[in-house]
Amino acid sequence: MILGRVTGNVVGTIKHPSFNEYALLIVQPLTADGSPKGNRMLAVDHAQAGPGDRVLVLSEGSGIRQILGDSSSPIRALIVAVVDAVDCELE
Amino acid sequence: MDLARVIGTLVATQKVEGLEGVRFLVIQPIQPDGSDAGEPVIAADAVYSAGPGTIVWFTASREAAIALPEPFVPVDAAIVGIVDQINDSSEESRP
Repeated sequence: MILGRVTGNVVGTIKHPSFNEYALLIVQPLTADGSPKGNRMLAVDHAQAGPGDRVLVLSEGSGIRQILGDSSSPIRALIVAVVDAVDCELE
Repeated sequence: MDLARVIGTLVATQKVEGLEGVRFLVIQPIQPDGSDAGEPVIAADAVYSAGPGTIVWFTASREAAIALPEPFVPVDAAIVGIVDQINDSSEESRP
């Protein structure tokens, strides 16, 4: 799973039906100490996350189809938690 | 899943069974600010309405084929949405 920060959202009307009723958010992946790492990605929200929140992103399609109960969902990144704290000592 | 800009089309007459009627587009992955992110890839159009210049989002890997009418086809990138609006405030959301 990926630690990230929500930086915004994307709106689209024409989309695969599996995206209906979910928000599509922009996530900046972070290292454990909170610094940005790599390119921003898109993730579907399943944890009532919003801009500025630190989140946990599940990036495994089969697990996502199980959580959403939609066996034909092409969603590949799902926000499954809003992170309160990360306690990690980096060398 | 990532954002991309459609930069071209691809036509193939002879292709694997199951890909009949599937449109292929050349897409350039982008960041929310519109800058390029990596190399262009070929993606199937699973929403049947993207064209050159359109900003889209796409899904990769196994999930790409799942987005198509025939889910067991050799496709590993598929356009699954047309972007109307991008709201991004990456600067002010830094800790």
